[in-house]
Amino acid sequence: MTLVAQHSELHDDALDGLQLSTRLDRIWRTPSGLIGALTSVDHKVVGRRYILTAFVFLLLGGILAILMRLQLAGAEKHVLSADLYNQVFTMHGSTMMFLFAVPVMEAFAVYLVPLMVGTRNIAFPRLNAFSYWIFLFGGCFLWISFLFNVGPDVGWFAYVPLSNLQFTPSKRADVWAQMITFTEVAALAVAVEIIVTVFKQRAPGMTLDRIPIFVWSMLVTAFLVMFAMPSVMIASMSLILDRLVNTHFFDAAAGGNALLWQHLFWFFGHPEVYIIFLPATGMASAILATFARRPVIGYPVIVLSLIATGFLSFGLWVHHMFVTGLPQLGAALFTANSMLIAVPSGLQIFCWLATLWDGRPIYRTPLLFVLGFVVVFVIGGLSGVMVASVPIDTQVHDTYFVVAHFHYVLIGGAVFPLIGAVYYWFPKISGRMLSERLGRWNFWLAFIGFNVAFFPMHILGLMGMPRRVYTYTPDMGWDRLNLLSSCGAALFAVSFVLLIANVVVSVRRGAPAGRNPWDASTLEWATTSPPPSYNFDRIPAVDHREPLWSDTESLRVVAGLSVERREVLLTSLAEADPQIREASPEPSIWPLLTALATTVFFICTIFTPWAVLWGTPPMAVALIGWFWPTGSREDEE
Amino acid sequence: MSAWMRSGLVLLAAWPLGACAGRQSALDPHALQSADILRIFVAFLVVAAVVWIAVVVVLAVGLWRQPSLSRHPLALHPPFERRAGQIVLGLGIATVLIVLALSLVSYAGQRSVFAKDPNALTLKITGHQWWWEVSYEADSPHLSFVTANEIRIPVEQPVRVQLQSADVIHSFWIPSLTGKMDLITGQQNEIQFTAKRAGVYRGQCAEFCGLQHAHMAFAVIALPQDEFKRWRDHENQSAGSPVDPLSKRGEELFRARGCALCHTVRGTLAGGQLGPDLTHFGSRTTIAAGTLPLNSASLGAWLADPQHIKPGNLMPQMALQSDELIAIHHYLEQLK
Repeated sequence: MTLVAQHSELHDDALDGLQLSTRLDRIWRTPSGLIGALTSVDHKVVGRRYILTAFVFLLLGGILAILMRLQLAGAEKHVLSADLYNQVFTMHGSTMMFLFAVPVMEAFAVYLVPLMVGTRNIAFPRLNAFSYWIFLFGGCFLWISFLFNVGPDVGWFAYVPLSNLQFTPSKRADVWAQMITFTEVAALAVAVEIIVTVFKQRAPGMTLDRIPIFVWSMLVTAFLVMFAMPSVMIASMSLILDRLVNTHFFDAAAGGNALLWQHLFWFFGHPEVYIIFLPATGMASAILATFARRPVIGYPVIVLSLIATGFLSFGLWVHHMFVTGLPQLGAALFTANSMLIAVPSGLQIFCWLATLWDGRPIYRTPLLFVLGFVVVFVIGGLSGVMVASVPIDTQVHDTYFVVAHFHYVLIGGAVFPLIGAVYYWFPKISGRMLSERLGRWNFWLAFIGFNVAFFPMHILGLMGMPRRVYTYTPDMGWDRLNLLSSCGAALFAVSFVLLIANVVVSVRRGAPAGRNPWDASTLEWATTSPPPSYNFDRIPAVDHREPLWSDTESLRVVAGLSVERREVLLTSLAEADPQIREASPEPSIWPLLTALATTVFFICTIFTPWAVLWGTPPMAVALIGWFWPTGSREDEE
Repeated sequence: MSAWMRSGLVLLAAWPLGACAGRQSALDPHALQSADILRIFVAFLVVAAVVWIAVVVVLAVGLWRQPSLSRHPLALHPPFERRAGQIVLGLGIATVLIVLALSLVSYAGQRSVFAKDPNALTLKITGHQWWWEVSYEADSPHLSFVTANEIRIPVEQPVRVQLQSADVIHSFWIPSLTGKMDLITGQQNEIQFTAKRAGVYRGQCAEFCGLQHAHMAFAVIALPQDEFKRWRDHENQSAGSPVDPLSKRGEELFRARGCALCHTVRGTLAGGQLGPDLTHFGSRTTIAAGTLPLNSASLGAWLADPQHIKPGNLMPQMALQSDELIAIHHYLEQLK
């Protein structure tokens, strides 16, 4: 297939081999040096940074978890003061949810989706760079505040009136609320990029029913982000306004409403769980197919389950509010809806079980993590069915039972597949294999450590231990289980040390990976490891759901893209028929400058409303610089 | 709950611990409501355990069996694919039926747990950072009175608790009696329970409410009907006048040293509204919202430095001479 060339410029059909790759690299390469690093718009460079930064935040959040486990290991311990403990659990939750879980999933998507759909860069690459900077600055803002003892201490859902000015007069709640704004702006930007990349930049022939399941999961996730995040941004912005200029959105005494905050927060907060969980199921499906040596059974069932989960996730938020005194019948409807979400999740699990039943599993580390995920996540899903019941929830709500439940869902359901994904895609990203021996240790330590740490919490909750208590008295009888849990947490922490050691050693000394070390079927494995700056010499043409398994000798490609300037191929939404060649932006410093201006604006507005006045012009200037017409060929035509 | 259910649950929960019974345990119900909830919980637990074991067994067998020799990944057997699809669909339908059944069980339980009895004894509880104000309401005002952090109720009589907050959101929870209900600013909630046995049941705030959320406990003491009536009549009375000279001095100091600005002792000039009512303080079992058991030593420590025991609470450290402290201590102890 050759696209008709309309201009006299050189196209990739005229070149071959080394000549082609040299030319492509010259136009797509990220410039070297500091300037290059600050201006890069390559989705792989940004994606790698995003993943790494998110894992740094995981590490920080994990250290906080260990601190909490030390404090709770016995009754009346004095590792942390009440004030510090309250900051630590708030920072742990906020870091894990906003700076690790959501960003790391989006980060994997930023790296992998363009490769998996067979294009040269993500849609809106400068927005992508901007998103990363905003995420980084927001995360640093939160953590630097914490180090200066202005860390938020109102819980990761910052309920009003506790987070109102009256009860939190310091800047701690503002720091939390503005961190939300940072991370949500970053997340929304990535969501837009993912949706457009998947809709318009798929390789020719990759019809809707040939999209890899991981890409489907990220597409659904991106839509969840777009519909859920605005709700929490409105909430956090209203909170800042309440605190800064007395708007009284949440002040009951002035006609506001304290429960309004909870509705707005959980309307975001529940889809948030699926924003984290759905990408993980996509990872599980990808890993399972490769190591079970067959396509996942029930592709349409899985895709429809992802979409159904997306829709249902917006109808569950009230189950976080069952003890706020809502009308009983209304609450019962949310019970039924909450339980119904077990159906699409269950269908996915049944499909995976059937796949394993028929496949010939090869037990490498990524598969171990996916198997561990199934075993652990099902427990979390089933305890989720329990907490969806109003009467049961009245007992377990805000206790360690719920802490156990959501860690089974989020660690079991998302972190296990994620670590599997690290082992699975690390060879693609770095060009080297991770150690299998360390990987097995990593898995078993994580699996045992996790269960020892979190299973006892179910029982602790039933024994009456509430969440977020910095201490408890010896006569409560909670100390033995808490000690056990802390020991499990230590094991779990060691498993992450092994992961870090494995990555650090393997990135230099690991066995070279080659293009497709696992003999996997999706397009990212069709290019070198690590992929070149332009991803593919020529854009692949897809005629099968598992392109690398169906085309064993050579992958079919399309030619006709420019080798003189950055171009990507746009295709139609449903059938992925080639439509036009579209210019893709060059590296630029403006996303960084815009992010800096935005950061100054965001941070200063929590101190004075006047920052709105003098904080916006620099942002406007940066945006003008960003969008300044450069007279590209496309614009001239 | 039937005996086998209970023993099964105990077996499951008691694996690493001695017993699941406790002063504050949802597994040790002493009221109609908590027993109902535990029954629903056990029903869910049994279903969940069966489902989980089934999944793990299917997974294990699937991994253990060695299907046909290695083949090309795309060399699939259409009959197997079809059958697998049918089985997945069948399991999906089974899941729908299970969750619908559980929803119905849950709703039925909800109706019994939240059933309202118009003849219930009514209490009003106001959450404060970090203690509980308890008002016993009655038709005639002279039968209404206020106390704190300790709730006495008659056994086998429904008790309706109206919940409100003076500051942030708290949550009222006595696991052995019933599930929790939030105390929300600008809103009044209600919860009802009927204790089946006399006893002391511990409760604790379950919604994070700031610095000392961990030290916001209370006790519910269920008494036989006649004993409750005796207590109520006594509690309704004002504090008796101190008789011994040390207590008398204590009463004076209680006013002179500022205690009375925040605390009320009915029948005296002390009428502060910010802190707990102390009219019958000496008859309570705990101090500082369940933080310490009330005894001579803990009271002395508390009066000497409340910020050490419960940092951040609203009671400031008073600069008391030791003889003043002893007098106030003595006065408070005799407020039976």
